[in-house]
Amino acid sequence: MESVYSPYAWLILLFPFVAFVLLIAFGRQLHRLSPWIGTFAAFASFVIAALLFGERIAYDVPDYSWAEFRWLNAGEASFQFGFEVNALTAFMLFIVALVALAVNVYSAGYMKSDERLSAFYCYLALFSFAMLGLVLSENLLQLFIFWELVGVSSFLLIGFWFVKPEAKAAAKKAFIITRIGDVALFIAIWVLFWRMPGHGLGFTSIHNAFHTNVISAEAASWIALLIFIGAMGKSAQFPLFTWLPDAMTGPTPISALIHAATMVAAGVFLVARTYDVFLAAPAVLDAVLWIGIITALLAAVIAAVQTDVKRVLAFSTVSQLGFMMTALGVGTWAAYASGLFHLHTHAFFKALLFLGAGSIIHVLGEQDIGRINGAGHTMRITKWTFAVGALALSGLFPFAGFWSKEAILAEVWNRSVTLFAVSIVLTALTAFYMSRLYFYLFSKNRSRQTSSSAKESPWTMTIPMIGLAVLSVTAGLIHMPHLPWLGEWLTGLSFDTDLHVMIMIASNLSALIGIGIGYLLYGRTGQQAEDAASSSRWRRLIYHQFYIDDIYAWLFVKPLRGAGLLLRWFDRVMISGAVHGTAALISAVGRGAARLQHGQLQGYGLVFLIGAVILAAILFMVAGRSYFHVG
Amino acid sequence: MSGILTSYLTLAAILFCIGLYGALSKRNAVIVLLSIELMLAAVSLNLIAFAKYGMNPSITGQIFSLFIITVAAAEAAVGVALLIAYFRNKGSSDVTDMDDLKQ
Repeated sequence: MESVYSPYAWLILLFPFVAFVLLIAFGRQLHRLSPWIGTFAAFASFVIAALLFGERIAYDVPDYSWAEFRWLNAGEASFQFGFEVNALTAFMLFIVALVALAVNVYSAGYMKSDERLSAFYCYLALFSFAMLGLVLSENLLQLFIFWELVGVSSFLLIGFWFVKPEAKAAAKKAFIITRIGDVALFIAIWVLFWRMPGHGLGFTSIHNAFHTNVISAEAASWIALLIFIGAMGKSAQFPLFTWLPDAMTGPTPISALIHAATMVAAGVFLVARTYDVFLAAPAVLDAVLWIGIITALLAAVIAAVQTDVKRVLAFSTVSQLGFMMTALGVGTWAAYASGLFHLHTHAFFKALLFLGAGSIIHVLGEQDIGRINGAGHTMRITKWTFAVGALALSGLFPFAGFWSKEAILAEVWNRSVTLFAVSIVLTALTAFYMSRLYFYLFSKNRSRQTSSSAKESPWTMTIPMIGLAVLSVTAGLIHMPHLPWLGEWLTGLSFDTDLHVMIMIASNLSALIGIGIGYLLYGRTGQQAEDAASSSRWRRLIYHQFYIDDIYAWLFVKPLRGAGLLLRWFDRVMISGAVHGTAALISAVGRGAARLQHGQLQGYGLVFLIGAVILAAILFMVAGRSYFHVG
Repeated sequence: MSGILTSYLTLAAILFCIGLYGALSKRNAVIVLLSIELMLAAVSLNLIAFAKYGMNPSITGQIFSLFIITVAAAEAAVGVALLIAYFRNKGSSDVTDMDDLKQ
């Protein structure tokens, strides 16, 4: 049966875009109204996304693709704009729209007293628009345009409090580091453009080309690698992950949005969208796998010693993204489905955790877990929803994270036992740092040291948290070992997945061990807050992310800065020197000539006389004496 | 060429040079005007000398010198009038002060 709603999918983009235009044009006048406008747009988008998603769940509708808008003709090739609705995009749209809606509602409370409220909602609308457009894009070039828009709007939002120098630096860092990936993605698009039959960049034609082996294996490897580098930048994979923790200087709702549904998910989505290319390049898939697991492990270790609540969550995101990449890197459609499934569950509980952290920050005005030290235990809703999020992230039965982690673990198990062991350690680490964070924020035992009477956040903030908490519990039920509904729906294949009881027990056990260690170390009474600066060398090493930032500073930033200084010197001395020198020369000549214009009539007369004498003399010499008939 | 013409021309040249020198070097505007008159007189003398002793003697030169005298008189009248007006305004008749156009 034909899809009823798919032809209207572009409306999803229209609402945030109209909100953006309204807010950028009349933001000052609409100041108090701007949360309503932004939230309404997000809600409208969500309704359409939900209709699209629901229709696809309920009925077996074919994929819908519209690409009639011809943007550019270049020789025989043409670039088109359009949109495509299939299982993957409908699924992604639903997640993005839902999290964007939650963040919009939440921000109404969180950003209430900010005087640039309308600017915030304006950027937020742009961000949602860009991300939804990225998901809906029909071809790779269009995706790239929205991809860059996501970059720009994240820059604006991370640097929203630009009076803080670290916010400015973080915004620049996010923009520049993701730019490295963007360049690779752009090259990938051009390589594809030249290699594809008919220069088509549409996802459908890419799918067809890679299924019929039109493109050589070597070219496919290069394209896949370049696309993956693009995804590495946006999805904060090792070694390009350093921008994400710094991006925490932005407002907390933005962190939730960036981490859960937009921006970082874009990289994973890109890999999933061009998965045919990756399947044609097994070597690159291995790279995806290994980079994913390295990122996951490294970030989990770093997260375990961070002292800023948002930084812990940021590294946790990096780690989970690495885990998703690992799943995609396994290279089967079942693994692909499990990676996307994890993206989906992660979106809800990570957004929830960030909103919870934001609620704490909003009320206590403090982000350092050592100084919060359990002070959050009187904020009941925040406490319980955060606990749900933390358990879901730890992967404990029956929370959402358990199902998605189990799905990935089963796939990893099929691939390699070593990798599986690493993933189990990763699960334990994840549970450990989440319990550490939880006890630091909410443990009553700790708070005896500090007197606390923190009030709960306003309802605009708690409602989204409760909603996301419900989803964090239930979102896992759509894809279970015996009922891999999501995977089959996404890929159109049928999986005969076994029930891996041992894997379930192992993952739960490791999560419980992690939580147990966390409780023993941080949950009991009478413990001192740790201090990263005065701790051991190893701890400092991990705390500073293995000094990767400093390595970058020495390897890239300083040489480039040196080259920049040299070029600036060249520009100042040589080029400006030449330009200013020319100007100075001409004005010196002008001044000299002006001195002749002294206004003394007798002087002019004298010059005139001298000139006349010289002329006469020349005439006399040239024309000769005969002319004058002298002599 | 007759020697008498050379004498006239020499005298006219000397007169012209004296006038030119005065016009270019004297600071007092009245003296400058007088020097210009002297140069005009030298020119008139030339014209008359050629009219009388030149290769083709004619009355034209003498007529022209009459014109020159007339024009010189008018010029002197205008010049002195300007000078008086200037002196009333600025309190000076020094030509080196007359550089207002420079500004």
